[in-house]
Amino acid sequence: MAIKVLKPGLATTVQDLGRPGYYHIGIPLSGGMDRHALVAANLLVGNEEGAAVLEAVFMGPELEFTEDATVAITGAQLPPKLDGEPRETWTSFKVRRGQVLSFDFLKQGARGYIAVAGGIDVPVVLGSRSTYALGALGGFKGRKLEAGDELPVGKAAASVKDGRVVASELRGQPAAMPTELRVMPGLYWHRITEAAGNEFFADTWKVAPEADRIGYRFKGGKPLQFVPREPPFGAGSDPSNITDACYPYGSIQVPGGTEPIVLHRDAVSGGGYFMVGTVISADMDLIGQLQPNTPVRFVKVGMDQALAARKSRAELLGKLRNALT
Amino acid sequence: MQTRFSFGGDEHIFAEVDDAMSLEAFFKSLFITNAVRDARIKGVTEICPANASYQVKFDPDQIRPDDLLAELKRLDTASEKSEPVIKTRIIEIPVLYNDPWTHETLMRFRERHQNPNGTDLEYAAQINGLDSVDAFIKAHSNAPWFVSMVGFVAGLPFLYQMVERQRQIQAPKYLRPRTDTPRLTIGHGGCFSCIYSVRGAGGYQMFGITPMPIYDPNQKISYLHDFMCLFRPGDIVKWKPIDRPAYDEAVADVDAGRFAPVIRDVSFSLTEFNRDIDAYNRKLDGVLHGH
Repeated sequence: MAIKVLKPGLATTVQDLGRPGYYHIGIPLSGGMDRHALVAANLLVGNEEGAAVLEAVFMGPELEFTEDATVAITGAQLPPKLDGEPRETWTSFKVRRGQVLSFDFLKQGARGYIAVAGGIDVPVVLGSRSTYALGALGGFKGRKLEAGDELPVGKAAASVKDGRVVASELRGQPAAMPTELRVMPGLYWHRITEAAGNEFFADTWKVAPEADRIGYRFKGGKPLQFVPREPPFGAGSDPSNITDACYPYGSIQVPGGTEPIVLHRDAVSGGGYFMVGTVISADMDLIGQLQPNTPVRFVKVGMDQALAARKSRAELLGKLRNALT
Repeated sequence: MQTRFSFGGDEHIFAEVDDAMSLEAFFKSLFITNAVRDARIKGVTEICPANASYQVKFDPDQIRPDDLLAELKRLDTASEKSEPVIKTRIIEIPVLYNDPWTHETLMRFRERHQNPNGTDLEYAAQINGLDSVDAFIKAHSNAPWFVSMVGFVAGLPFLYQMVERQRQIQAPKYLRPRTDTPRLTIGHGGCFSCIYSVRGAGGYQMFGITPMPIYDPNQKISYLHDFMCLFRPGDIVKWKPIDRPAYDEAVADVDAGRFAPVIRDVSFSLTEFNRDIDAYNRKLDGVLHGH
């Protein structure tokens, strides 16, 4: 069983739940940016939660199936079509041999997850099938899909039903506008003035066009004012420089104090820019569904709130599992 | 040096050993991260040493953030009593300085550089008070370097030269980053050299290129069969200036699968090193070349 890529979409990659354990040598986690939607897509088609799927950003691919299959598309509102006939997102459906799966224009969100019963069966590299394009590692030949690629598909579980649906309250997608991203201040927060810190949380930012799997850039807020200092040896002369250090996932660096960048699943693992804090783990999935120009507010939280939010996100996943398994 | 701890969200603890770079700060970060690894703390998923700091990623469902913080603080205090000795490797990296590929690239991005009328090597020589490019290459390649961090992208080593602070080579990054850097370029920014493991964007000054791949995701290259990244934090690197025929020969050897890098096991003592840096570096050279 295989899937022929007729059109690749904008940047469609093979992703699973990622490749932990190699960040200390610069190989990031990778994996779906919206992990909740990735798991949902897999459960809909009877896969293991962490089976490999396709992550399509902004624009869907066009795929021809060489055998009958069951598929599901979750995440963004990227409406699927089967031989031109509309199908629902967040719903499993059958595809017959020779049929073509394509997509209508994106209506909401940013990333769609395309799961096929049996999972995308590319080789496992360092414990994962996820694509890390910057390092040409994993996925399909270490890169985004191209027209003419043929994706191997694994053997599906015995009984796969179509017509299964994820209820809207279990989808975990960003709801209100502006989207609120909860942030724990820290890391090099002390480098900016108190007024700048207050403004950072008061301003409404917008997702900049430079938003990808490595990181999301934001613009439109006021430039940050720094606390004066004598540059430490090795840090560099710009007030936003530090002696090159590790970057946490979700950390918010602000080169030159102007445009914050939140690092995501394909994060560069370290560098020489100071960071004001870190987006909490519960809100990382939401970032993956933000389109350029989306208004965003950063909301200050502490560890207790972060852990409570993490717990409630885990409970949502638990309900999703109960509904689908 | 008083380590500063901070939570990086609910999944990371970030520890800044010192805000300035020094071998002492690097050693402490390496020591503590080794101790954290040896302690096999439940819930710890990633342990990342950096130049003068380190980071531990954890699963807060398995260990309470405050408990892990307390444990790291305990290891931080304990590390002050330990002898600064590590067992590591010394690796010789051949370098064609002033090569045609980085030269072509630096000319292409000249308007983004501090000195549009010269080369990166000429600029670096000048601002470090050296009277020629040859003198600069000598300063860069005479004393060995510590791999003080691996990262940014897969397998990329940050290198810190094993000399006193007043002899450290320093150079600012490009005024605006380039969109291209040849793979295996030897770069320098601030007080750090690096080897670009993959082609891509970059802001470091470009001095030369090595024929020796350091990252191979397909693991086809003989010395990267076992693992796709060559470098680990704590490795020692010695540059070996080579000419164009030697470069071409090494490239052919790599392609034919017969390139054998010079790598030796070595024990390094920071205390002995600080006693007489030049003598200690000569000793390391002896280990590398088997005399």
